[in-house]
Amino acid sequence: MNDTTRLSRFEAARVVARRDFRAILFSRAFLFFLLGPLFPIGIGVLAGGIGGQVQRDANTRLVAVAMAEADAAAMVEARARLAPRVGTALPDLEATTSTAPPSEILREPGKNYSAVVSGTPNAPQITAPPQAIAYWSGPISMIAAQAGARDIPSYPEVTARPVATSTAAVRTDRIRTAQAGQLLLFLLMMLLAGMVLSNLVEEKANKVIEVLAAAIPMDAVFLGKLVAMLGVSFVGIAVWAMFGGAIALLAGEALPRLPEPALGWPLFVTIGIAYFAMGYLLLGSLFLTIGGMAATVREVQTLSMPVTMAQLLVFFLAASSITRPGSPMELFSAVFPLSSPFAMLARAAQSEALWPHALALAWQALCVLLFVRFGALIFRRRVMKSGKGGRAVKGHVGGTTPA
Amino acid sequence: MLTETGTMTRLSPAGSRPLAIEAQGLVKRFDGILAVDGVDIAVPEGAIYGILGPNGAGKTTTLRMLLGIIDPDEGVRRIFGKDRPHEVAKLIGYLPEERGLYPAMKCDEAIAFMGALRGLSLDEGRARGRELLERHGLGHAIDRQIRQLSKGMAQTVQLLGTLVHRPRLVVFDEPFSGLDAINQGKLEVTIRELARDGVTVIFSTHVIHHAERLCDEVAIIAAGKVPYAGSVDAARDRIPAQVRLETRASEGAWRAALPDDARHDRRGDESHFWYFPVPETGIEAMLKQLIDGRAGILSLSIERAGLHDAFVEIAGEAAARALKLDAAAGESR
Repeated sequence: MNDTTRLSRFEAARVVARRDFRAILFSRAFLFFLLGPLFPIGIGVLAGGIGGQVQRDANTRLVAVAMAEADAAAMVEARARLAPRVGTALPDLEATTSTAPPSEILREPGKNYSAVVSGTPNAPQITAPPQAIAYWSGPISMIAAQAGARDIPSYPEVTARPVATSTAAVRTDRIRTAQAGQLLLFLLMMLLAGMVLSNLVEEKANKVIEVLAAAIPMDAVFLGKLVAMLGVSFVGIAVWAMFGGAIALLAGEALPRLPEPALGWPLFVTIGIAYFAMGYLLLGSLFLTIGGMAATVREVQTLSMPVTMAQLLVFFLAASSITRPGSPMELFSAVFPLSSPFAMLARAAQSEALWPHALALAWQALCVLLFVRFGALIFRRRVMKSGKGGRAVKGHVGGTTPA
Repeated sequence: MLTETGTMTRLSPAGSRPLAIEAQGLVKRFDGILAVDGVDIAVPEGAIYGILGPNGAGKTTTLRMLLGIIDPDEGVRRIFGKDRPHEVAKLIGYLPEERGLYPAMKCDEAIAFMGALRGLSLDEGRARGRELLERHGLGHAIDRQIRQLSKGMAQTVQLLGTLVHRPRLVVFDEPFSGLDAINQGKLEVTIRELARDGVTVIFSTHVIHHAERLCDEVAIIAAGKVPYAGSVDAARDRIPAQVRLETRASEGAWRAALPDDARHDRRGDESHFWYFPVPETGIEAMLKQLIDGRAGILSLSIERAGLHDAFVEIAGEAAARALKLDAAAGESR
C-alpha cells in the first residue's frame, strides 16, 4: 500500500507516544510520580532507624564486671590492651560496685547488661542467658587471661601485604551488586508499569480509544503508549539520578559503595538501562492487555493483582538463582521473558561475557512485540463489543426481527 | 454489484459511480450472541448513506467492522477497494457515538491530534483547526481546554477533528444524538456541504426524518439483518401512493368510483375525507366520475409514502415501534 493513504505503524505509534509523553510530563500526576520514591525511601530510613534502635537496645555488648575493685580494674585495663588487636569481638566492660548476686545485677533496672562476670581473673564466672554465655565466654576468657597474667605478653607485628581482592571476595561482592541491581530494577518497573495501566483506563474513560482504534492499528496504539511511558520513566530516572548523584557527592565516603560489576560500571549501567527498558516494556504490555480487558478501575485492580503477585514470584525466582549461575533454574529465569531482565542483569554483574546480553535483549524485544500484538488482539476482541444503545438494550429492542 | 463471496465489482447498482464502501455477508458474534447477521452494503462515492435501525440492531457493530475497529467473523468488506480499512485511514473521518476528547488538550491541539492520527502534520492540523474553529464560531475558544467547553462545543470540536484532514469518506455513528435542534440543523448543513464537495457520508441513526431528509440511500437494519438497502425513493415506492380526497357529499353515485376499501374519515358537518391507493385506471377517469356524480370535491392530493411507512413495511411494526421509542428517548435526553 502506498504511504499516501495510511500512516506506517511506526508513525502511528509516534503520534500516540508524542501525545501521551507530553500529556503525562506536564500533568500533576507526574509530579507525584517523581515524588514517588521518596515515600519508600522515607519509610525505609524511618524503619531502619527504628529497627537499628531496637536492635541496639536488644543486643547490648555491655558486660558487667562484679569482681574485687583491683580485679575489675585489671579486667577493664586488659580489655583496653586487647581492643586494638581484637577489635569488635570484645564486649564493653563496666565495673560495678554492686554487691548483689550476679543474677540480680543482670536484672538491675536502668542497666542493660548482657552478662555479668564475677569471681577473679584466674577463675572468672559468667552469668547470662545461654546464648550470651556462648557468645561471650571466649572473649571474657581471653580478657581474664590477659588481666591475670604476671607478664604482659607482647604481640608480634604482622606485616601487611594487601592484594586487591580474592576470588571468593570478588564473587561475594559481585553478588551484592547483582542483588542491588535486581532490586532497583524491580522497584522501578513496579512503580512505572502501574502508570501504563492507569493511562489506558483513563483513555477508556475519556472515550478516546475508539477514535484511536478507528484511525490506527491497535498495536500501534499500545506501542505508542508503552514508548511514551518509557520516555516518561527515563525522565523520572534522570531526575532521580540527578538527586541521587547530588546526595552521593554531598555524602562522599559516608555512603556505602557497591563493588564493581564484572562488566565494569559504564557497561553495567548501559546494559541495566536496556534491561530496564525491556523489562518495563514486557510488564507494561502485560498491564496494557489487562487494562484493555477491564472496563473499570475496580476491574483493573482485580485483574492486575495476580500479575503483580506473579511478578513478585518471578523476581524471587531470578533473585534466588543469583548464587547459582549456569544452574537449570538460573537458565530458566534467563529465558523466561518476565524474569529474563532480572536474571541477565545479575549475570552482567557476575560475568564478563557480552554475547548472552545481545541474545537476551533480542529475545526480550521479540517478546515485547508478541505481547503487544496479543494485547491488541485481545483488546479488539473483548472491548469494542457494541454501541451505546446496544449495551443498554441488547436482546430487547434490537432483537426485533425484521419483516 | 456483488457477484460472489469474496469478490466484488467496484461499481454502484446504477453502474455509474464507484463504491466507497462494499460489504458482503458481514457476520459478528459477541460471546456467542449474533450481533450482525449477514449484512450487505454498497455505498457509492459521493453519496449520503444512512444506516437506519433501532438501538441494538447492529448499526455500531456494522460501522466498526467497516472501519476495521473490529474484524467480522464472516464476510468481506472493502473501503475504497482495500480489504483492510486502516490502509486507507487517511481518507476516512470517523465520529463515534460515544464522543471523547482529552480533557486537558486545547481545542486546536485536539483537532490537530485527530488530524495527526490521519496523517496530517501537527502544524498543518493546528492551522486548519484554528481556521475551522473560527469558521464555526468557536474562535474565542481556540486556546481553551476541552474540559472548559460546554458539551455542545466539545462535540463541535470533535466534529471538526473528524474533518480536519479533509477525508473522502466520513462515517458518523448516531451524529445527531445529544445535539439540540440548532446544532442538529448545523450538522445537516455540514453533511450536505460534504456531499456537495464529493465526500461520501455514511451515518447511522434511529431517527427516520434525518435519514429521509439527508440520505440518497439507506440500509434498514433490524436484529442484525439488513432487509433493505437501496435508494430512499425506491424504499418509499414499495408502498403505493395514497389518494387523499376531501368531499362535501358523503353519499351518491360517485361513490362507485372509489375503491371498496377506501378509508372514510369525517371532519365536521361538511368535510368527508377518503384515503385509498391510486387507482390502476388513473386519476383522470376517477375524477370525471366524481365531478359527474356531484361529489363536491373540496380537495384532492396524491400522497407519496414516507420512509417511516417504508420502514414499517420492510422491518415490521415491532422494529418501527422500537425506533419510535428510541427517537423519543433521544429527544428527552
